[in-house]
Amino acid sequence: MENTIKETPSTEQAEKKTLKEKWNEFRYKVDMWSRKKPLRRKLYLNRVLYLMMFPYLLLFFTFTVLPVIMSFALSFTDFNMLEFPRWVGWENYLNLFLEDPIFITAVKNTLIIAVVVGPGGYILSFVFAWLINELPRYLRAIVTFVFYAPALTGAISIWALIFSSDYYGWANSILIKLQIIREPITWLKDAKYILPIVIAVQLWMSLGVNFLTLIAGLKGVNKELYEAGAIDGIRNRWQELWYITLPSIKDQLLFSAVIQISNTLGVGAVTTALCGFPSVQYAGHTIVNHLSDYTSVRYELGYASAIATLLFLVSIGLNSLIRKVIRKVGS
Amino acid sequence: MTKSKAEMLNEETTQKNVELSKKEKLNLKKARHIDSRPFAEISGMKIKSRSKKKKRINRSKGGDFALFLFLAICGILSILPLIMIVNNAFKPMDEIFKFPPNIFVKNPTLNNFADLGVVLGTSLVPFSRYLFNTVYVTILGTFGHVIVASMCAYVLSKYKVPGGGVIFGLIVYSLMFPSSVTATPNYIILNFLGLIDTHWSIILPVVGGTMGLFLMRQFMNGISMDYIESAKLDGASEFRIYWQIVMPLVKPAWITLVILNFQSLWNTGGSTTIYREDYKMLSYAINQIASAGVARTGTLNAVQLIMIIVPIAVFIFSQSNVMETMQHSGMK
Repeated sequence: MENTIKETPSTEQAEKKTLKEKWNEFRYKVDMWSRKKPLRRKLYLNRVLYLMMFPYLLLFFTFTVLPVIMSFALSFTDFNMLEFPRWVGWENYLNLFLEDPIFITAVKNTLIIAVVVGPGGYILSFVFAWLINELPRYLRAIVTFVFYAPALTGAISIWALIFSSDYYGWANSILIKLQIIREPITWLKDAKYILPIVIAVQLWMSLGVNFLTLIAGLKGVNKELYEAGAIDGIRNRWQELWYITLPSIKDQLLFSAVIQISNTLGVGAVTTALCGFPSVQYAGHTIVNHLSDYTSVRYELGYASAIATLLFLVSIGLNSLIRKVIRKVGS
Repeated sequence: MTKSKAEMLNEETTQKNVELSKKEKLNLKKARHIDSRPFAEISGMKIKSRSKKKKRINRSKGGDFALFLFLAICGILSILPLIMIVNNAFKPMDEIFKFPPNIFVKNPTLNNFADLGVVLGTSLVPFSRYLFNTVYVTILGTFGHVIVASMCAYVLSKYKVPGGGVIFGLIVYSLMFPSSVTATPNYIILNFLGLIDTHWSIILPVVGGTMGLFLMRQFMNGISMDYIESAKLDGASEFRIYWQIVMPLVKPAWITLVILNFQSLWNTGGSTTIYREDYKMLSYAINQIASAGVARTGTLNAVQLIMIIVPIAVFIFSQSNVMETMQHSGMK
């Protein structure tokens, strides 16, 4: 009995040892191999880190980098999604600037919207997050919910009710009651009013991702810093904001700035939902509207890719500009 | 150098002189005034101080009131669509088609929900199948993205890995590429991998999404390296540090991410990559109900309410669950 019991573990141990030895040998070999070149050594020593990055990077490259590269390449072709893309060189870009007046309108509208909504929405998100952060916990959760509600419901329909073109539209009925106007204004069908309305709605909708991020960031600010600041001679709330709060959430500020850029240059869904597609006299036509016109209506993907590439370059330029600005915060 | 300094000093003194002389002039003026009216000095001061106080209080009260009013108006405008969705679901037919619509329902009924039950009972694919598909994709996509992206973000944020900077730059820049254009190349790739007509065609691109990684990295930047080094001294592995130390510290970040991802996945229809009817999503099924036309408006309202309840519940639950983080309490 005793013998058998003793024997079985010993054999198992022997097997395990051999496996372990083999494994050790293998590791030793890899180790020695990695020592031959400095880069190889670096990679070997950081192998756990690379393993942790691997799943994400694999998916990121297949589903983001590769498509972006492909559409870069497509921007130099004529591609109608049915036939194989035909190489045309710079023709798409030349056509964009020289033979497409609607594109120029779209650029103009997008820039007007971006100038107002970009900084406006950004500041609005921050101010709301900042005000809400001072509230007690449960009230804060409720108020956060109230202000995030437009992003949750995604309902732009309320604005269609407000700016309805007949007597019953809320804006019209109020203005008529106040005797400011006599006849209802066709808000969403008048080139004069479309752009301001789109800007207002876009500002209203700007409390989204940025807003949540900034709230989460403000929650993480070290409370002791404020006490220390009070001792160091910070006198009012504005100084507190500039020297303590803003530098503490610099990372979040940068994040929301990048999101804000891509959001403002990506305005388009609101125009379509409110004013139809295309809007009257292209008054609310943005670059993204132009883009979706060529991807999902005309199926000229090469041309659309050229538009996307230009938009991409503009946002990269803005991005580097904003990085410089944010670096100066709190100094 | 010395000369210039001396000059500057001179300039300063002259400026002071000028200021003094100005002050003196003012004093002289005041003195004349006081001389002309006895006790005016005291009463004037009182009046001044009172008016100042009043003004300040008034202004701050007014400012507070204006701020409150502004917040209230914005809040009402923000919550109004939600209130309308809730009320619409309980409106009988005659109230639904009233124009302009009432915000609040007058004679609430449950007819819309009963109609919805009838519609769902007659559908070819059982409704529970759509529901399961959506729940499956949403949960797998959301948590997959949070875990995979934050694992990568941890490395990118806390270590200087060769190639890390380039990767991060790529991620930030790709965030700016309009997604409507990459849709076609994406389809080509999914087709090449044989993922068309499976749930993975929706889940995998979401898991490899860029925004979550950027968000997590920015929040992890704020964590002191001391935590990680002391954990390493205690013998924790890299993965354990990430999972047990860093992730709890950035809880507000990944809760935000869960809310954002849940919301967008819950509303995906998946109609561009999935053609099998029993693999389709809830929101696709709902669009089918809506496409039946005006007669289904009531049903559609009921469905809208049901669809919106789940993201709202997730939002409220997770937001009230975020306590103050312990980020700064452990290190001293």
